[in-house]
Amino acid sequence: MDTAAAAASVLEPATHREAIRVEDLHKSFGNLEVLKGVNLTAHQGDVVAIIGGSGSGKSTMLRCINFLETPSSGKIVIGGEDVAMRKDGSPSNQKQIERIRTKLAMVFQQFNLWTHRTLLENVIEVPVHVLKVPKAEAIERARELLERVGLGGKEDTFPAYLSGGQQQRAAIARALAVDPSAMLFDEPTSALDPELVGEVLTVIRDLAAEGRTMLLVTHEMKFAREVANNVVYLYQGRIEEQGPPAEVFGNPQSERLKQFLSSVA
Amino acid sequence: MTGLFELLGLGASAELLSLSGWGGNLLRGLANSLQIAFGAYGLGLVIGLFGAYGKLYGGKVTRDLLAIYTTVIRAVPELVLILILYYVGSDIINKISEGLGGGRVEINGVAAGIWVLGVVQGAYATEVLRGAIKAVPVGQIEAAKSYGMPAFMIMRRVTIPAMMSFAVPGLANLWLIATKDTALLAVVGFNELTLETRQAASSTRAYFTFFLAAGFLYLMVTLCSGAVFARVEKWARRGQPSLKGGTS
Ligand SMILES: Nc1ncnc2c1ncn2[C@@H]1O[C@H](COP(=O)(O)OP(=O)(O)O)[C@@H](O)[C@H]1O
Ligand SMILES: [Mg+2]
Repeated sequence: MDTAAAAASVLEPATHREAIRVEDLHKSFGNLEVLKGVNLTAHQGDVVAIIGGSGSGKSTMLRCINFLETPSSGKIVIGGEDVAMRKDGSPSNQKQIERIRTKLAMVFQQFNLWTHRTLLENVIEVPVHVLKVPKAEAIERARELLERVGLGGKEDTFPAYLSGGQQQRAAIARALAVDPSAMLFDEPTSALDPELVGEVLTVIRDLAAEGRTMLLVTHEMKFAREVANNVVYLYQGRIEEQGPPAEVFGNPQSERLKQFLSSVA
Repeated sequence: MTGLFELLGLGASAELLSLSGWGGNLLRGLANSLQIAFGAYGLGLVIGLFGAYGKLYGGKVTRDLLAIYTTVIRAVPELVLILILYYVGSDIINKISEGLGGGRVEINGVAAGIWVLGVVQGAYATEVLRGAIKAVPVGQIEAAKSYGMPAFMIMRRVTIPAMMSFAVPGLANLWLIATKDTALLAVVGFNELTLETRQAASSTRAYFTFFLAAGFLYLMVTLCSGAVFARVEKWARRGQPSLKGGTS
């Protein structure tokens, strides 16, 4: 074993290094308080599944973490870096936000691929234009990633000509292309026809197995139980219960969680 | 047959339209018209882009000012606007020049024409582009944001390319209007195609010949523009399955 790496791992094992920490996060839209003080920590290599009923604030929480929504108050720490916020929760340093966002790759329910660009162009867009990776290098890597998600040969196809499952896998390739320190999935299979869900879950399962840090909002309870090492149940803007999947699914404590689990089973 | 030929004055037409004579004047008029149309269209697009972004994302004052601009320009007949903008514009320039101790300035016809028509075009372009930007699915812009793209890069790399397919039909119309509105500049004595035609016609009394020739030139401009815009639209719609079905 490489001695420097060994030394570092003694000091701080890679898997215990903190990737994302959210402290007392509040978010209101006008008078509607959607998040009422959420605390959450994900270490490197963690797969955190976020479950909860519709409207419980799952998307809002995920979107606050990369500032697609401006938190009303609270603290967000990404990779040990405290995100500077103003009193009203808005980021005070746009450059810092942009830098942090390149480390948090988001995968959306509606894929949100850029429709005027081919799959290859979608995947190289951020590496080339934001991260300034040389184009040839970005293209080579993009080809590998598309191959990896099972889209080899589709490089020059436009998103509109692909199935939802293929589009979502391309969106995952786009996310991987920025070499993110954590990935944020917001119901990645909810917009898919049932027969296409499996192919996307297979890709995500692979990523979990290779130790990717991810926050995964999902309604696929079986899948959450299988890949997550931490499950968070959100109810009306608060974390009602959290713990290892065996606990949360096998032995739910709160009445609401019990009800929720029986309703989605 | 020959009688009809004579009646229409076609026999003399070839001679009248020779390039060294009135025909050359017509072509020079056309060149002037096109130059102004290009300039005004380009200026209109720039104003339109700022106007559209201002209307969508600007502060209250910006939005109000832009609302006044687009409303007034689109409400007042173009001919009146041209007279107002032309005379007000040259007046202001002269006032400034005199204020600075200079004499009266000779207004450059092309520059004035581009300015006047550009301001008119800008109002329409603002609305075309505003609508097109609003039609871009928010998800595409959110994706760009979520990957750390700065605002200007999002505009350049995502919003503008994505809105093009919505904007091109409207922008093609605006171009045709620009080419034809150049004719209105005849009222301020600018030597564009229509004025050249009128001068040629009244000097020679061959009205039919010259107006037919001018009409033909305008038609050619429209046809060529149509071909160009068809290609632009095809490019702008890349990635979108065609409405007729089938691929590409
Ligand atoms: N931009 C917004 N403006 C106003 N209300 C919003 C907005 N986004 C979400 N909400 C509201 O916040 C609540 C939580 O939404 P969301 O986070 O999307 O829930 P979930 O993803 O858990 O279904 C919902 O009641 C929703 O209507
Ligand atoms: Mg949601």
